[in-house]
Amino acid sequence: MATSVYKTSAYNRISRQVWDHSATALAMLSTLLVVTPLVAIFVYLIYKGASSLNLAFFTQIPKPVGESGGGMANAIFGSALLLAIGSLLGVPIGISGGIFLAEFGRGGRLANAVRFTADVLNGVPSIVMGIAVYSLIVLPQKHFSAFSGGVALGIMMVPTITRTTEEMLLMVPHSIREAALGLGLPNWRSVLSITLRTASPGVITGCMLAFARVAGETAPLLFTAFGNQFWSANLDQPIAALPLQIFVYAISPYDEWHRLAWAGALVLIVLIVVSVALVRFVTSRGVLKGAS
Amino acid sequence: MAGDSAINSSKESSAASGAAPPPPEASLVRKFLQSRGNSAGIDSGFRGLMIVCALAIFAIVALILFELIMRSRLSMAKFGVGFFFTQAWDPVSGEFGALPFIYGTLVSSFLGLLIAVPLAVGVAVFLTEMCPGVLRGPLSFLTELLAAIPSVVYGLWAVFVLVPLLRVHVNPLLAKLLGWTGLFGGPNYGIGMLAAGVILAIMILPVISSLTREVMNSVPHSQREAVLALGATRWEMIRMGVLRNARIGIVGSIILGLGRALGETMAVTMVIGNRPEIAKSLFAPGYSMASVIANEFSEASDDLYLSALVEIGLALFIVTIIVNALARLLVWAVTRGTPARVA
Repeated sequence: MATSVYKTSAYNRISRQVWDHSATALAMLSTLLVVTPLVAIFVYLIYKGASSLNLAFFTQIPKPVGESGGGMANAIFGSALLLAIGSLLGVPIGISGGIFLAEFGRGGRLANAVRFTADVLNGVPSIVMGIAVYSLIVLPQKHFSAFSGGVALGIMMVPTITRTTEEMLLMVPHSIREAALGLGLPNWRSVLSITLRTASPGVITGCMLAFARVAGETAPLLFTAFGNQFWSANLDQPIAALPLQIFVYAISPYDEWHRLAWAGALVLIVLIVVSVALVRFVTSRGVLKGAS
Repeated sequence: MAGDSAINSSKESSAASGAAPPPPEASLVRKFLQSRGNSAGIDSGFRGLMIVCALAIFAIVALILFELIMRSRLSMAKFGVGFFFTQAWDPVSGEFGALPFIYGTLVSSFLGLLIAVPLAVGVAVFLTEMCPGVLRGPLSFLTELLAAIPSVVYGLWAVFVLVPLLRVHVNPLLAKLLGWTGLFGGPNYGIGMLAAGVILAIMILPVISSLTREVMNSVPHSQREAVLALGATRWEMIRMGVLRNARIGIVGSIILGLGRALGETMAVTMVIGNRPEIAKSLFAPGYSMASVIANEFSEASDDLYLSALVEIGLALFIVTIIVNALARLLVWAVTRGTPARVA
């Protein structure tokens, strides 16, 4: 390898130039190949989704097969409810875990183990999470429920929030903590209202990222929230969710349902992209610049 | 920022009170401090609460493992290790073997890696070493956006756009050019192993490329400058100065991508064809571990069927944990010092 640097014959110089340019071209080509499907997905979503989107989509519940029209109002509401339960469960646990990692366990063996477990948990397939929650909550209760779906989503949020909270807290300068303690604040007060508050834009970013990630999850809801064709706000009953409804409609043989699936996908994507873009906007001008 | 101003104002007020001339008597200070209460109790309580929440992460993993093992005991006792080496999948007669699903998961994941890895490394090289600064922000935002799209939307797109594309244009071409290998023969449905591999490749690309980029960024600039100073071209600099130093981390990010691909459920379920058979041709429909669970779990009628499905889930869980742990260790080995970002 290193010898090619020393050889200076004309042939070598040309071949090295050729290699250099072809590598550049290949890198550009692969970037193009990666961007293409993304653009294609968005173009199709907007083209197919926008043409099927109307007011009824947001106000009506699904119609039976054969009838045209209908919407996904119950699924949108269901998704919001599931995400609210998930956030209520996942955000406090996740942030507390992050506080432990950054403020108390720093460098310790326990903290390293927790951090590693969180990273591993982050990679566990969501369908496995669905099975676990099914056997933990649904089987003993003997019926599907919105609550179990929310728990599954909440568990999935924890590792992401923990890790981002930790990273953000680690960026808070020590002098701020020392100033707080020097003024006589008890440690818990200093952590909560000084350190965490300073890092709050970054912590909120982490929560939003976790939120955006689970908002599109379908697999853990398949046998927990299960889906529902009707209005339901009962935590103890099966409930519809936007990703579930998209899945059911996409694999159905009816054109009308395919249309609704595209519209649902567009709504879901807009929701997620808006939250991710918001997050980037906040972090690029917040206290912790470049910290996403 | 609000925190900063709060600190400043309290600093000022404390400075003002500190400047007050008559120093209070010692007993008064003690009295004042005691009237504020002792924070040690609350502090240790707070600390304990944070530790409990951190331990909850362990508890979640342990609970998942416990539940999966408990629910799959029936199938483990009946089929033993042979469960993973037999092909039969007949819920009616109660015969279960996971081999077709393991085969489908492995083949579709490796197919995905085969397509995604060169592209992901290419993107990472382009974005870190070659890209003009103007393009870097938008392009990295776009690749990150790919990671934010839910898998059911990928599936939807694959069913209505990718599969027809493969069926009409790509598959006939592959059959003509590479038909002699036997990998691209048989009836061409569009859905099948190849479609699953392609959609997996698109889905794991952002994971691999963002981590690869991070690893490449952590290679010190002095390495690049040293190689360039020896007269290397840019590609030689990338190859010798960057890729060689970052190779362990790149392998780690590839393994992490593999972990994602193994557990990917919805998009694969929608395009793989869902037929529990092992076929040589990549055009043939197959089945993956995650998709058999997604499709059949809620209709599993008897306990044995259910526990066979849970055992597949347990296998998936253990394999992805090993794969992820390995990947994290490799990525950490390279980016040590800067904590790894959440993918």
